[in-house]
Amino acid sequence: MSATPLHHQTLAELSAALASGSLSSVALTEAVIARTRAVEDRVQAFNSYDAEDALAQARASDARRAAGQARGPLDGIPIGLKDVIAVKDQPLTASSKMLGNFVSPYDATVTTKLRDAGVVLWGRLNMDEFAMGSSTENSATKPTANPYDLSRIPGGSSGGSAAALAAGEAPATLGSDTGGSIRQPAALCGVVGLKPTYGLVSRYGLIAYASSLDQIGPFARTVEDAAILLQVIAGHDERDSTSFKAEIPDYRAALVAPRECPLRIGIPKEYFGEGLDPEVAAAVQAAVEFYKSKGAEVREVSLPHTQYALAAYYIIATAEASSNLARYDGVRYGHRSAEAENLLDLYFKSRAEGFGSEVKRRIILGTYVLSSGYYDAYYGRAQKVRTLIREDFIRAYGEVDVILTPTSPTPAWKRGEKTENPLSMYLADIYTIGVNLAGLPAISVPCGFTTGGLPIGLQLIGKPFAEAELLAAAHVYDSAHDWVKRTPVL
Amino acid sequence: MTYEAVIGLEVHVQIKTRSKMFTRVPAGYGEPENTLTDPTVLALPGALPVMNRAAVDAIIKAGLMLGCEIAPVCKWDRKNYFYPDSPKNYQISQYDRPICVGGAVEIELPGPARNIMGEHKSIPLTRIHLEEDVGKLNHGAGGSLIDYNRAGTPLMEIVSEPAIHSAEEAYAYLTSVRNSMLYAGISDCDMEKGQMRCDANISIRPVGSTALGTKVELKNLNSISFVRDGIAHEVARQIAVVKAGGTIVQETRDYDGLTGTSQSLRSKEMAHDYRYFPDPDLMPVKVDAEWKARLAAELPERPFDKQRRFMAAAPEGYGLPYTLASVLIPDRALADWFETAVKAAGPALAQPVGNWIANDLLRELSASGTALADAKVTPAALAELVKLIDAGTLLQNAAKEVFADMFATGEAPAAIVARKGLAVAQTDTGELEQWCRDAIAANAKAAAEFKAGKESAINGLKGPVMKAAKGKVNPKLVDETLRRVLAAM
Repeated sequence: MSATPLHHQTLAELSAALASGSLSSVALTEAVIARTRAVEDRVQAFNSYDAEDALAQARASDARRAAGQARGPLDGIPIGLKDVIAVKDQPLTASSKMLGNFVSPYDATVTTKLRDAGVVLWGRLNMDEFAMGSSTENSATKPTANPYDLSRIPGGSSGGSAAALAAGEAPATLGSDTGGSIRQPAALCGVVGLKPTYGLVSRYGLIAYASSLDQIGPFARTVEDAAILLQVIAGHDERDSTSFKAEIPDYRAALVAPRECPLRIGIPKEYFGEGLDPEVAAAVQAAVEFYKSKGAEVREVSLPHTQYALAAYYIIATAEASSNLARYDGVRYGHRSAEAENLLDLYFKSRAEGFGSEVKRRIILGTYVLSSGYYDAYYGRAQKVRTLIREDFIRAYGEVDVILTPTSPTPAWKRGEKTENPLSMYLADIYTIGVNLAGLPAISVPCGFTTGGLPIGLQLIGKPFAEAELLAAAHVYDSAHDWVKRTPVL
Repeated sequence: MTYEAVIGLEVHVQIKTRSKMFTRVPAGYGEPENTLTDPTVLALPGALPVMNRAAVDAIIKAGLMLGCEIAPVCKWDRKNYFYPDSPKNYQISQYDRPICVGGAVEIELPGPARNIMGEHKSIPLTRIHLEEDVGKLNHGAGGSLIDYNRAGTPLMEIVSEPAIHSAEEAYAYLTSVRNSMLYAGISDCDMEKGQMRCDANISIRPVGSTALGTKVELKNLNSISFVRDGIAHEVARQIAVVKAGGTIVQETRDYDGLTGTSQSLRSKEMAHDYRYFPDPDLMPVKVDAEWKARLAAELPERPFDKQRRFMAAAPEGYGLPYTLASVLIPDRALADWFETAVKAAGPALAQPVGNWIANDLLRELSASGTALADAKVTPAALAELVKLIDAGTLLQNAAKEVFADMFATGEAPAAIVARKGLAVAQTDTGELEQWCRDAIAANAKAAAEFKAGKESAINGLKGPVMKAAKGKVNPKLVDETLRRVLAAM
């Protein structure tokens, strides 16, 4: 029996306890609810949660297990969802006033998969509005705090998903990652965050920000936990045309027999330049030394088009967003201005009142880059840059198996520090954005703390659809360190 | 100075598929409002499109019917604009890589008389692409309501080159497009139900000039007659403006078919910037040779090819006159019905078979409100009837009565003839020769004229004989007997 309180245990531990009968889903769910009630006023990770509904799901899980019909390792375990993933009959807000009190009439595909696995669907987690941001300060609901320092941001856009997990308000969560929105908050909150290869996890029922970049992925305490959760949500979905028909291997089994080093690790020189916090650099360097000590071959690689990634991202993502967010118009659902006199008024006022300033900024930018006469200069060029960035990675994978970088150039910053300067906020995603443009899988793993006690994450980037190898490589480090044992004091 | 019109048509045709273009919800017309919807149709947060392959099959067939190149790869683009009938506020369409490129529509202009075929021309096409239809706004006193049942219905847009030069040509073009779509089962093309809609880009230029003038887009041409009338009206309007020293303004005009007038909707300055870009939710579509070949094998004969064949002399065709072919061709099922009957009757009887269809069958169908598919009379039965007439067993007038019974009951013609005793005598039972003598005696003048060499005079003798026989004798036999009796006198 672990001395760790239930709310800080891993999925692997909880799953074993449930299977052995030493723990019931109701007891676990009650513990999670109690922990949430104890700390949520300070962390503010949830937009909403429905304790009664969660307990009803927990009772159903216990009944299944009693009947010998448990559905797998996650049956009975509460998992929180970023408030951008549709759950039937539950609110879905994307942390925007624009969606108002919208309740989804349908389940996202990942939600269905979690239900089929017996998961207790737990709460809707705060985020930057429509997943646009790196600090969760762009939420129209409230700012979420970093559990390690309540005056600091948890990262974003999936800040609620990372903070809730770190604070013990959920044993694991799902987020979405368009330019780093899983990995960066995972790094800043000291948890594991995985962005799968584009197309591995269905986007059906995920509120779209930038369709060609968005991916749903797990937040978990360990790499092993991330593997367990990925197993449930991965796989082809005929309702998402961009979902890939790939064989899904047994991710957890791939960890049991890790690709023994010699693992070949590439260090991209472009990722270690100006703007990298020295404490982050040192922690990542220590991780590199660890891999070397395990027999990994570490070599420098070059991703020469890295410097163009941020610009290309803010053209492609905003262009897609300007179109994706056009459906929020006050006509069928969501916020409708009470002041509208005619149709144009309805559009202008509903959207002006409903969207926050960062969302408006990106819609305007995206509308501009797609405008007649500007398309080739912006969107067309950005797509070419995107191809070059992908080719950079593919070329590097000719010589290495994974690429290792810091996840975020800095640890968590103070709330309000970057809100006046959107560009400085955009730079927080400098190490994560290229991965989305290239469609690759990448994982952020805790690799230490600053002297001030703030978590630091390292990023491993894998080959397309090589999640098993990527998780195995991350597990080599993660299973030999116990950063996970260090939980925030709340 | 004289002017000519230069017209390009954009014809939207709804594709008849079970489900919508990008989701499994059924497509349909006349259902209760907002029942043919789902998260994708309503553009709920998180919903995604998935392409309907049956709709792509249909547009490839349309392209093959009209001689288009089928692009080996095409893609989907978003056309962005805000309007409440468009739930996503963008329409999934095809911008720069449509599925069908080029091709042509064969048209037939009106002839100098109803029974003389007019000139055939080929109107080149620019492209055909696939997109999704929008919903319907119902404006009422209390506000506007939206019905999304139509939203997401597969819709193809057939774009012609500016190669149409009159309202009559435009009318012929639409008729031809409609016939081709009906033939291939792609759409019912019912303009009243909005299954086929037309916008026209119209300009004028001095005859002899090859430059294109400033174009005006005319919208809401929602019947084939409105297309003709609207274009004629717009061409006349433009010529009047230019002749009065004015200039044509690039604009979109709305045509009101009931009043025969048009008014400006928006000028060029107000034109939309649709901000087209590739839809990241959908993959490009690859059409390989095998896919194309499978659909090509399902294509029907083109309507004008059928017309040429029906009018060609035997043995290639049936030698039908233009008017008869014109009745049969527009309705593929009727043309097939005709060919089945001719097969049973024999090619020599093609024209009488055609006449019976064009005159009697269509009249009975229309009078009783019956669809051809539900008719009790079969092609084989009509063939049998025509053969009975040809053999002289049944007279034309009696045959009309027999056909009415066949249509009403589905009974075989031979059975009706037997039951009603309508068969005519095929040999002289002894009375015929006497009836002939009586007729000659009563019409001495006609008999004398015939003997003097006036061949047609014999017809004056046949009538009284037939009357005496009460019609139940083969006219050929009457003819032979009369000649024999006259020769012996």
